[in-house]
Amino acid sequence: MSNIITVKDMCLWYGEHQALKNVNIEIPEKSITAFIGPSGCGKSTFLKTLNRMNDLIPGVKITGDICYEGTDIFAKDVDVNNLRKEIGMVFQKPNPFPMSIYDNIAYGPRTHGITNKMQLDDIVERALRDAAIWDEVKDRLKKNALGMSGGQQQRLCIARALAVQPKILLMDEPTSALDPISTSRIEELVTELKEKYTIVMVTHNMQQAVRVSDYTAFFLLGELVEFSKTDDIFSQPQDKRTEDYITGRFG
Amino acid sequence: MLNQSLSKKRKSFEVLMKALMAVSVGLTAALVLFLLVYVLMRGIPNITWELLSSKPSYLTERIGILPDILNTVYIVLATLLLVLPLGVGAAIYLTEYASNKKVVGIIEYAAETLSGIPSIIYGLVGMLLFSNSMGTCLMAGALTLVIMNLPTIMRTTQESLKTVPQSYREGAFGLGAGKWRVVRTVVLPGCVDGVITGCILSVGRILGESAALLFTAGFAHAVNGLIDGLAAPGATLTVALYVYAKEQGEFGVAFAIAAILMVLTVLINFAASLVQKYFAKRRSL
Repeated sequence: MSNIITVKDMCLWYGEHQALKNVNIEIPEKSITAFIGPSGCGKSTFLKTLNRMNDLIPGVKITGDICYEGTDIFAKDVDVNNLRKEIGMVFQKPNPFPMSIYDNIAYGPRTHGITNKMQLDDIVERALRDAAIWDEVKDRLKKNALGMSGGQQQRLCIARALAVQPKILLMDEPTSALDPISTSRIEELVTELKEKYTIVMVTHNMQQAVRVSDYTAFFLLGELVEFSKTDDIFSQPQDKRTEDYITGRFG
Repeated sequence: MLNQSLSKKRKSFEVLMKALMAVSVGLTAALVLFLLVYVLMRGIPNITWELLSSKPSYLTERIGILPDILNTVYIVLATLLLVLPLGVGAAIYLTEYASNKKVVGIIEYAAETLSGIPSIIYGLVGMLLFSNSMGTCLMAGALTLVIMNLPTIMRTTQESLKTVPQSYREGAFGLGAGKWRVVRTVVLPGCVDGVITGCILSVGRILGESAALLFTAGFAHAVNGLIDGLAAPGATLTVALYVYAKEQGEFGVAFAIAAILMVLTVLINFAASLVQKYFAKRRSL
């Protein structure tokens, strides 16, 4: 299996504070990679660097290389908007726009120049079907998205991200604000999505990492401590710190 | 044994304080009510259809405030048309684009100060800046009012821009939207209520403004169309009120205008609270 993202010696500073130290990782295509680690270990920060969402935060400095399909994402000729079209994002708290369900999904395609009504209808239906929420919302596409439940909103946000046909989907603790039933629906969905997309997700929940991910990366204090197949990392961790964390000795 | 005399003292102190505050409330309410009733009682009998629909003539000694009503409408329109794009644009730039927080702070501080300056100073500056070059006319008055209302529009817009959740912006950026698209489609719709509230407050301020217009817009009472009207000198309702009361001793007319302005002010405040309620409801959906 080939790697879609390659990161070499990446460091990140928030002002004076170094949040990530020499991260090296290769993320395999069409698989689910989970980032685990205690709060403040830098896993979310690292995730947000992959589609340059950290650009929005003043005072962030990054060194090292991140290559997406062979191109340096920090190169001057890279259009960050196109990068984010390729590498979509789902946030911790569901954040649908205060508009109709249809307009939420159509937002991305419209942003990238699709105005044809038929084509948009098609994309909206496909995205909602892919996110396994079509049957629940097909009769109320014109209703405001803020009227949906939290779990539905999060699946809507996944559909919204899928509508621009990204290659990679970054998910920042996508179920931490949801109830157990919504959580299991999203986990199911994510497992289905990996046939078409590469998924990188941050999770606080180690069972979730075991349940859904193929690969797991363990972060601690800004360092990537260990990265390997999920089965391996949870059955025979190589690093003492990983072992301590997954056996619940700290974190 | 409880200390009877101390508790008595405390009790009478309580009663005294309560009475003092009740008196304050009573006085405040009485003053406001008196003003309202007095102006309405003296003004309303003088409001006739003829007064509202004709222009004054020195030959027939007839008095009409139609030109003043029109001038007021023109000056409100012209001012809003100019101040809205300026104020909203500045607010968007300061909140969404500007990265130097220090400069933003200074500009916000300056705007705040600007809105506290007595309006007669705006009049003086407006006279030198606008009336000297374009002559005394409604447009010079409108431009002066633009400067005066710019901080209001800018600050209310800014405040409501800040209430648009950051997660909306992140969501849009995450889909590959550029800065301007994020602002236009996600941020601006969220701050419409602030802009409308700012507008309503400004209209109220324009209606009530006289000092700045005495210097800049003049006192004429001619009926004009919008374009001609802006190029010609003219009195708004508040200025006309001053002229009729102070220079012609026509207190009946002055009170009629006062009553009209007062009713308008009530309506404007009512509209502002309606708008705020409407958007608060929509937001809580």
